[in-house]
Amino acid sequence: MNNALFPFFIIILLVGLIILISAVFIVDETNQVVITQFGEPIGDPITTPGLKFKVPFIQHVNYFDKRVLEWDGDPNRIPTEDKKYIWIDITARWRIENCLKFLQTVHDENGAHSRLDDIVDGATRNVIAKHTLLEIVRDSNRIVSLEASDEDKIMGRQFAKIPDGSGRDIITREMLQRARPKVKEYGIELIDVRIKRINYDVQVRQKVFDRMISERKRAAELLRAEGEGERAQVNGMREKELQRIRSEAYQQAQILRGKADAEAIKIYADAYSKDPEFYSFLKTLDSYNATLDDKSTLVLTTDSEYFQYIKDISGE
Amino acid sequence: MVEVNIPRSEGGGNMPNFGGFGKWIVPLTIIIIVFSSIGSIFYTIDPDEVGVVRRLGKYVRTTSPGLRMKLPWGIETVRKVRVQYYFKEEFGFRTKRAGVKTEYYEPGEYSMRRDFFSMNRYLQKTGLGTQNTFLAESLMLTGDLNAAQVEWIIQYRIKDPVAYAFKVRDMQGTVRNMAEAVMRQVVGDATVDEVLTYGKDIVEQQCEVKLQEILDNLSTGIKITSVVLQDVNPPAEVKDSFNEVNEARQDKERFINQAWQEYNRAIPRAKGEASKKIREAEGYAVQRVNSAKGDAERFLATWEEYKKAEEVTRRRIYLETMGSVLRNLERKIIIDSDQKGILPLLNLNDKEGEAYE
Repeated sequence: MNNALFPFFIIILLVGLIILISAVFIVDETNQVVITQFGEPIGDPITTPGLKFKVPFIQHVNYFDKRVLEWDGDPNRIPTEDKKYIWIDITARWRIENCLKFLQTVHDENGAHSRLDDIVDGATRNVIAKHTLLEIVRDSNRIVSLEASDEDKIMGRQFAKIPDGSGRDIITREMLQRARPKVKEYGIELIDVRIKRINYDVQVRQKVFDRMISERKRAAELLRAEGEGERAQVNGMREKELQRIRSEAYQQAQILRGKADAEAIKIYADAYSKDPEFYSFLKTLDSYNATLDDKSTLVLTTDSEYFQYIKDISGE
Repeated sequence: MVEVNIPRSEGGGNMPNFGGFGKWIVPLTIIIIVFSSIGSIFYTIDPDEVGVVRRLGKYVRTTSPGLRMKLPWGIETVRKVRVQYYFKEEFGFRTKRAGVKTEYYEPGEYSMRRDFFSMNRYLQKTGLGTQNTFLAESLMLTGDLNAAQVEWIIQYRIKDPVAYAFKVRDMQGTVRNMAEAVMRQVVGDATVDEVLTYGKDIVEQQCEVKLQEILDNLSTGIKITSVVLQDVNPPAEVKDSFNEVNEARQDKERFINQAWQEYNRAIPRAKGEASKKIREAEGYAVQRVNSAKGDAERFLATWEEYKKAEEVTRRRIYLETMGSVLRNLERKIIIDSDQKGILPLLNLNDKEGEAYE
């Protein structure tokens, strides 16, 4: 009897097993789930992980990702408020907030991407068109308050201010705020919108490059001129210094000579004033010696002291 | 499956009539199940990893390195997360082969990768030209509305393996996108000269702080360990003019250095010459004073003796001097004092004439 029942027993077991497998499912940490019955959603979405049960066969499990998902837009050519065309590339993070709504409205991630394309791009366009290029590129007025660098000084660069309450951070937040309520109806939560890349459009780029080149050229010329100026200044200083050194030396030398001359005069005067008559006697005789040489002719009379004895021995 | 075994093993006990095969079917099944589950019970965690274990999809524990056990047959699954490893992302360039002498891809050489296609598409669409693939990542606008090509790397670590495993789907893509966005935001708030030269560390630091903040907000479980700028260049189209500024700066230095060189050569020489002149004057002074002193001493000495026999000495000096003077004279004319009228008759120019007596 047991023998006869055994195959049935196995069959019942297998059927039970199949039913069980169809009745349980696992929700992963990274997943969330909507159960549908013939396409009609049943109950609330399941967002907690673990082993779950459903009615076998007739209920279907739709898995969705619970994690933060990425959206990476195509670059868009958009004019700014000051009519400059830029290429702007947006990246966004989002998650499926309500997978039931998500399933109903966009069905899957591809559907969501195409909605995000429309909505985020639209928000980007709107927001960008309301701001100047400077406000989009800049984050703050940091560089305005920055101490000017050498280059800035050379080129005399002044940085324009952006209005308070603008700047990239605020602009991206504006985009996020604009797009966030629109995607909510798809069961999507937009977490974060960022400007990934900004670049100039071709014509703008050429103009910017031209400006950069002329700025640098001017800086180069100014630097050279400064160098030449400073060289001239140093040369001038050198000349001045040379003149000073030379004239000071001359002055000092003359003072030294003068002092020596004065001292010599004093020494002579001190000595000779003891007997001026004797001095003039000696000096006169010396000068005879010096001035009368073999080319001189001297006419003397016998009256002279020297010849006083020539006519008369008594010298009378 | 667990439930399946139990009734079978019970049934196996009172079913001897099921043939020779029936005897073995139960123990065989048990052996197969046991052996097949060993592989899914034990697992190893490498020293730089941790294991994040889920039981029926739900996170239950994190396991440290070593040989570990879990429930088999997919009841518990483990994901290994490299928490010690420093991950690196490159922007604006790619390493071809890391090594002692690391090779990098040339701008036109990089191809046939997923990121190559996305960069290339970006370049084509924005009209940047596809010669330099990495331009898509590196070209950015600065706060003074100039442009710069910035190459940089970020390094990061997984600080929260559970968040890393469960919170964000495309972790690498998220990190890369956010890093690009943040770098552009920071560079967009700096001048081109800051980015190119003196402000690199500020850019790196701000980038790190901002990026960390964003990644924390997304609960990525990632810790940015460093942001490092590599090559930063002006765009190729304007590079020459930037170089010219550097050349001009060097020219300027050179001009000034030359002038100072000349200055330094001329001034010491002039100082030497000046001191030579002063020394000469000092020499003159010494000589002048000394000779004056000598003359004075001589005079005084003579005078001292002269005073003792004034008349005689005076006459002697006179006569000696006259003697030597007259000896040297070529013509000496001595006229009698009574014959003074003869003087006009003398031919003073005639040297041939002898003295009249």
